[in-house]
Amino acid sequence: MDEEKIIICRCEDLTLKDIREAISQGCTTLEEIKRVTRCGMGPCQGRTCLPLVAAELSRATGRGIEEILPCTVRPPLMPLKMGTIAGAEDG
Amino acid sequence: MREVEIAIVGGGPAGLSAAGIALQTGATALLIDDGQHLGGQLVKQTHKFFGSKEQYASTRGIEIARILEKGLEGHPHLEVWLNSSAVGYYPDGVLTVLKDERLVKVKPARLIIATGAAEKMLAFANNDLPGVYGAGAVQTLMNLYGVLPGRRALMVGAGNIGLIVSYQLLQAGVEVEAVVEAMPKVGGYWVHAAKLRRTGVPILTSYTVLAAEGREWVEGAIICPVDERFRPIKGKEQRIEVDLICLAVGLSPLSELLWQAGCKMKYISQLGGFAPLRDGNMETTVKGVYVAGDSAGVEEASTAMVEGRIAGLAAATSLGYRIADAQRLKEGLWAELEMLRRGPVGQKVREGVKTALINQDSDS
Repeated sequence: MDEEKIIICRCEDLTLKDIREAISQGCTTLEEIKRVTRCGMGPCQGRTCLPLVAAELSRATGRGIEEILPCTVRPPLMPLKMGTIAGAEDG
Repeated sequence: MREVEIAIVGGGPAGLSAAGIALQTGATALLIDDGQHLGGQLVKQTHKFFGSKEQYASTRGIEIARILEKGLEGHPHLEVWLNSSAVGYYPDGVLTVLKDERLVKVKPARLIIATGAAEKMLAFANNDLPGVYGAGAVQTLMNLYGVLPGRRALMVGAGNIGLIVSYQLLQAGVEVEAVVEAMPKVGGYWVHAAKLRRTGVPILTSYTVLAAEGREWVEGAIICPVDERFRPIKGKEQRIEVDLICLAVGLSPLSELLWQAGCKMKYISQLGGFAPLRDGNMETTVKGVYVAGDSAGVEEASTAMVEGRIAGLAAATSLGYRIADAQRLKEGLWAELEMLRRGPVGQKVREGVKTALINQDSDS
């Protein structure tokens, strides 16, 4: 399998090779992979890639997929313009 | 800050149904949807539904969306925000909504999360070539905008979505070269598979896609049988000429707001991923936060509508609104769910839902 040609995170242009490298460097959680590679930090906020990364982590570590916890979900759930945030109504 | 009685995030079958019954009790509701129209995925579903009369059997999805929407139209207790995304839910019960380029704060007394699901992606070589689509995108292009996504298609996945969209591709004049399915058997309803087989489309079980080929766009696909552990069998690769690879490899619940609300979540493979624990009112472990439809666990639009009604009814009655025979109504809705989840295809969902249900006997 040509892991350089398999795109995992389209937003940040990361391949399966990039993800496997991160795992071989010691990443064992989605949170770590995200911080090291930016996987899941693009416009889709991980909806496309993180399930694939979770499956890869599960394969690599031998942990069940149910043990691979998702990253902490923080607001905002989608990229917002700074102006939108600055212009938020008071409350 | 806007204070509302019931905020419903998601205007698909679950959200619309929740709004409908909540309004019926006299409650007021705010329905928030990030699309340009209500109906969610129903608006691209040109096929007729199964089930019984209560779930609009024999009616096309797109017509069901119209029926549900019409039932709410102009209701004085309903406000609809389209093109609006719920982008955060905070510990003080404030929901932030991106609306008209502004961040608006909403404080609902009850929150119903009906955000639906996201399509799963598949890892294979050149999976970023133009011509690789999710089945949802193919349906949007064809059924909503009248745009052909390709001429010769490979469908990946023989669940209901893969089977139905394959048939819709044929109806649109696209040749479907094959449907590949990694599992040893077809996952969707037999009637959909049979309809497809009658047109001569091969459904290859224990098969997967290894690669897309092409320079600028998809010009072919490499498919391959897999062993019982889903590993491709070396030497058995075949190339087929296609310009469209359509992925229908499952959905996962869109659960971000549920995580943010602090709902207790559990990985339930039969429901497509992490799903919230919920009681007989579709209330999560966070009081006042309800869930319905695919965000509660991936199922069908018909069950989403019923769950929406359960959640809408429970949210409204918990606010003190009354409706005749509420208890019997609720029991009837659960009976409908049970009916819809019957049979071998529903087995997976039945198992999944069982592990997600808590305090089953609690009443509102």
